[in-house]
Amino acid sequence: MTSLPESRPGQKQLGLVIDLDICVGCHACATACKEWNASGHMGPLPDFNPYGDAAWGVWFNRIHSFEEGEGEGARTIHFPKSCLHCEEPACVTVCPTGASYKRAEDGIVLVNESICIGCKLCSWACPYGAREFDADEGVMKKCTLCIDRIYNERLVPEDRQPACVMVCPVNARHFGNLGDPQSEVSEMVAARRGNNLMPELGYKPVNKYLPPRSARMASGQFGAANAVVPSDPASPTDLLLRWVDRLLSR
Amino acid sequence: MHPALSIIFFTTSSGAGFALLILLGIGTPLGLLPASQAFGFAALAIAVLLAASGLASSVLHLGRPERAWRAFSQWRSSWLSREGVFSVFTFLPTAIFGIGWVFFGVTGGLVGLCGILAAALAAATIYCTGMIYASLRPIHQWHNSWVVPNYFGLGVMSGVLVLDLLVRLWVARPWGVALLTFIVTLAAWWMKERYWRFIGATSARSSVASATSLGSRGKVRILETPHTEENFLLKEMGFGVARKHRVRLRRVARLAGFVVPALLTLFALLFGGMIGVVMAALAVASASVGLVAERWLFFAEAKHTVTLYYGAEAV
Repeated sequence: MTSLPESRPGQKQLGLVIDLDICVGCHACATACKEWNASGHMGPLPDFNPYGDAAWGVWFNRIHSFEEGEGEGARTIHFPKSCLHCEEPACVTVCPTGASYKRAEDGIVLVNESICIGCKLCSWACPYGAREFDADEGVMKKCTLCIDRIYNERLVPEDRQPACVMVCPVNARHFGNLGDPQSEVSEMVAARRGNNLMPELGYKPVNKYLPPRSARMASGQFGAANAVVPSDPASPTDLLLRWVDRLLSR
Repeated sequence: MHPALSIIFFTTSSGAGFALLILLGIGTPLGLLPASQAFGFAALAIAVLLAASGLASSVLHLGRPERAWRAFSQWRSSWLSREGVFSVFTFLPTAIFGIGWVFFGVTGGLVGLCGILAAALAAATIYCTGMIYASLRPIHQWHNSWVVPNYFGLGVMSGVLVLDLLVRLWVARPWGVALLTFIVTLAAWWMKERYWRFIGATSARSSVASATSLGSRGKVRILETPHTEENFLLKEMGFGVARKHRVRLRRVARLAGFVVPALLTLFALLFGGMIGVVMAALAVASASVGLVAERWLFFAEAKHTVTLYYGAEAV
């Protein structure tokens, strides 16, 4: 059904929080996602001409790298991007068959592969490029928020998280209920002032991006003294040390 | 946006077909068009052929065309679904109108009413087609109030050019239709020029900064794209047209799509008879070429916000 579920305040909205201050651009999350989705809910993800020239394929998670600013204050920021599981996703409402839908119980946006006709209109409607066309199967595919992991009772509870979150070696990715203001992820977003991407388009993305922290450049900011201050030369310890120093420097 | 030939053919052919249905559905019951059953057959057959072949072409664009019937289900939320529903609904009163006119020679009463209904549904179909594009917020060149009027204008222009040609096979000097054709062609041209001016002068509010939520430290620019090779997003949305090609194609669209058909229509209006038929036929041919160029540009000049993640500075 491509009408959106009625929105109630405090409704469960599962999503990711991505810390742009920490991400090192290692692509582990992209690799883990690709591997997990080699089977499972939306798998397999195709790779065309994988060992030849111009290999290309379907990935749900892609890591871009940006530079911000010039000169001393400039930063390199690695930017993982996957479906933001928006509150008001136009990719759901434009779908003519009902294949694209948002779950009322947890807000995850999914594609029903068995009814998708591959018209690609949802990918046009998504400003973030979250949806890709699987030319092999003729249907659209996108991040499932690892719906086949998070509710999977065959996994131990601590593994019931999206693959990309589990694999991140620097803990730059977090998963939780962003519809609950008291959840860990929501508090993280509030404390670090997490942002929405392209808020002007009104899709109300659920995934949040934590901005890079300001670099603490001045020495006083990280505890060192601003200058080396010579110690009092009259102290006996210093006199002894100065004599030892002169002795050894001869 | 990648200009898919199947979609270019679909929107131009269906636009002409449904617009011709509008003109026939209103013109015939009001007695403004030849009442001849042979004319009715030719005109309606061509209208339905244009509309249906366009729709068939759009189905070929799908990844899973065998499931295309499912596209009728989400009319509550999807303009694409609504377009499908209205296009099919249009053919029902069109059938009654056609049978009544062609086989029974009746153009008034219930038959005429079905004609008007077919015209209204055909108009709704064209509106839905335009709204599919106009409703897409990530594409500034489509998400504006020029798109739907342009779909109507260009559709009616192509439909009325075909109508002018057909009517001339029955009437030597069809003043009304010819004048309408001339005026509509000029109006469609004006609207297209205004649209081109609009997209040339404006761009989307979205920027690399808003797309990445960065920018407080200064300008944001792409350092590395996520992959060295192409992907679906770049193939579908990363299409760009070089400026010199754009200028050349706009010239083709202008000349072949508007100037030449307008002049030929004027000559046909003045000369009438067999010369008029030839002029009108050339006008249809010229407009077809011009419209393909125009529609190709409509896609090629459209920029999607996803390109902001791949190095575009503005869309």
